[in-house]
Amino acid sequence: MAATTRFRTLKDMPTMDYISPGNTLCAGCGGILAVRIFHKVLGPNVAWVNAAGCMTVTMSYPLSPLKSNWLYTAFASAPAGAQGVRDALDVLIAKGKIPASEDMKVVVVTGDGAAYDIGLQSTAGAIDRHLDFYYLCYDNEAYGNTGFQVSSSTPYGSATKTTPATASYPFGNAEKKKDLFEVWRSMKAPYVATLANSHGVDFLRKVEKGMAIRGPKLYISLAACPTGWGFDSRESVELEKLAVATGVWPLKESVDGVVRHTVVPRALTPVKEYLKTQERFSHLFEPEEKTGAIAVIQESINGYWREAGAREGFQVKVPEPIARGAVELTGA
Amino acid sequence: MHGRMPSQGGLSVEGGERLVKGKLLTGNVAAAAGAMLARVDYIPAYPITPQTEIIETIADWVREGKMDSKFVQLESEHSMLTAAGAASLTGARVFTATSSQGMLYTIEMLYNVSGWRAPMLLVNVSRGVAAPIVLEPDHNDVLAARDSGFLQFHSETCQEVTDLVLLAYRVAEDKQVMLPAIVNLDGFYLSFTREPVILPEQKKVDSFLPPYEPVTPMRASKPVSRGSSVFEGFLYSYFRYNQHGAALKAKEVFQKAAMEYEGLFGRSYGPVEGFMLDDADYVLVMSNSFTALGRQAVKRMRERGVKAGLLKLIMLRPFPSEEVAALLRGRKVVSVFDQNLAPGSGGILYPEIAGALYHVRGRPSAILPVVGALGGKQTTAKELEAVFDEMIAIDREGKIPVPLFLMRGDELDRVKKMVSIAEGKS
Repeated sequence: MAATTRFRTLKDMPTMDYISPGNTLCAGCGGILAVRIFHKVLGPNVAWVNAAGCMTVTMSYPLSPLKSNWLYTAFASAPAGAQGVRDALDVLIAKGKIPASEDMKVVVVTGDGAAYDIGLQSTAGAIDRHLDFYYLCYDNEAYGNTGFQVSSSTPYGSATKTTPATASYPFGNAEKKKDLFEVWRSMKAPYVATLANSHGVDFLRKVEKGMAIRGPKLYISLAACPTGWGFDSRESVELEKLAVATGVWPLKESVDGVVRHTVVPRALTPVKEYLKTQERFSHLFEPEEKTGAIAVIQESINGYWREAGAREGFQVKVPEPIARGAVELTGA
Repeated sequence: MHGRMPSQGGLSVEGGERLVKGKLLTGNVAAAAGAMLARVDYIPAYPITPQTEIIETIADWVREGKMDSKFVQLESEHSMLTAAGAASLTGARVFTATSSQGMLYTIEMLYNVSGWRAPMLLVNVSRGVAAPIVLEPDHNDVLAARDSGFLQFHSETCQEVTDLVLLAYRVAEDKQVMLPAIVNLDGFYLSFTREPVILPEQKKVDSFLPPYEPVTPMRASKPVSRGSSVFEGFLYSYFRYNQHGAALKAKEVFQKAAMEYEGLFGRSYGPVEGFMLDDADYVLVMSNSFTALGRQAVKRMRERGVKAGLLKLIMLRPFPSEEVAALLRGRKVVSVFDQNLAPGSGGILYPEIAGALYHVRGRPSAILPVVGALGGKQTTAKELEAVFDEMIAIDREGKIPVPLFLMRGDELDRVKKMVSIAEGKS
């Protein structure tokens, strides 16, 4: 990480908040916490451009918990909204119609439904045009605002309202989570990073790093979701910590396409410890433990870290593989 | 195909019997010239036939340094409209254009941008909508935007395209209105047809259309929330009624602006325009480029001694009910020519005209619905004469009008012949 960082320990986290407490989001929402930390680093002059999701409902007329600008666009096109705001600021400043002091950082904020699914085309367009903007995706791995339906971010084995675990579909979602980090990286975005609220210094430094880069800066922030995932809201940050410790949520960045893991656990905690904390995975343990499905999840994590370690020259001690047994993996 | 840079006035063209002043411009270049004269700041664009010449022309002028604007090509019309509205909210004067499927693809954002009260301008070059896919015009595309809260101005000639672009900005950006607007022109019949256009003098345009002053734009020094959610019907209704009130206000604002425009440039506009209406008993209601054909039919009917007239709709949103009522009262029979089709209902404008007349004393005894020229189908003045004949018959025989769907026998024969060739029968 850059030697010039102003963030050494959590004590360096800026004390200024740009979001008032007591907003309408759920207690323990990992999404609004990410927005809050992100904003601390960016400072006051920000224009948030939003797509439909949980953040949309908290900016509710005539109130706003934000001390900065906000524009709700539509589900599919927040990056295009950012294009309009950015271009207008550039034109108006260039023509002398507004002073340069009115310039702002333009930040798209959406959930995973918009980022992974319906808004991917407009994000691709903004990356192609090398738009100077930030994208903060708070990823709670499903359509949370509509009550937790599957998105292409939902991991294998998670039950959602549209992929419920049943006798004929015992594992919930049978598809793998889309690798949005790699999708964005392949589009030649100059900076892509993952974030977790539990790893504050890593979080702060990545936003700081993005601020020095012109062009698209895209972040995927794990957003523990008490209502969707089914856990006690006070456990939110602990749960994200566990996601990093088990290797489920790798913390990494890509600078001009070169990937580096920024937090490398010495030894991964078995993923079972993470899965059993959440209602969305409860069918993997009740009425009987679905060893095969858990084995598949553990294998994919182990494989990921072995590959990453080989590429970047580090070693992570991975948990012993679990015997799969004769369990059918994908359901009916 | 790149449009040529229009210069001021100058060129005189021999046109028919009289000398016509102006420069020969296609409808598309006339629209682009309007954008240039309006000194737009920002043009987010996406290509689609038959509109593409507009954005090509502007892209060329921007790159040649003839327009001090930013041009950016987006990856879809949906994104194009999002960028347009967002830039307008940030304080830029925004221009863009679309057609047909592109208009349909923007629909979600049309409602949003209007709700944002972002006074940008969208030029629509009308083209029928798929399926089946077609290139030539009818008005299902622009009428799909009818209820979006965009103001709508429809043009009959290339001159009107330029003039209405300037008038539309003036009305849209008025503090009492603050709504986006659409200027419509027909694909092919106007978009690719060169007509003499007198371009207004830039200095005079600047006095008519001062720089856009946004209301509560997003600023670092004074943050605002735009597009905020509301979760109760009373709040939603409050915003919607405000939008409706502003749209209604736009008519008066347009009329005042048009008077000023006439004083500066000598061309007169209103929400509607009459042709040979004074003593007319039978009136055809039309809009856009096919109105020229309607004028021809009216003249022929007059030669036959029939008191025929025409009412052209220029402003479709807000709908000029009072003007329509005032000009159609006392007529014997009226016919609405709809160049669009709502399957299962009929023409889209018919119920709007009928609604405007219902409570009017001395309303026409009958209103004949006509649907025609779909997908730009060639229509003859003779067919419109037949519409007048039908109006006369309805009047004389006291018949209840039966909707007419224009399609000639020779056209049906062509369909049958083409099918039989395709089937290998002939």
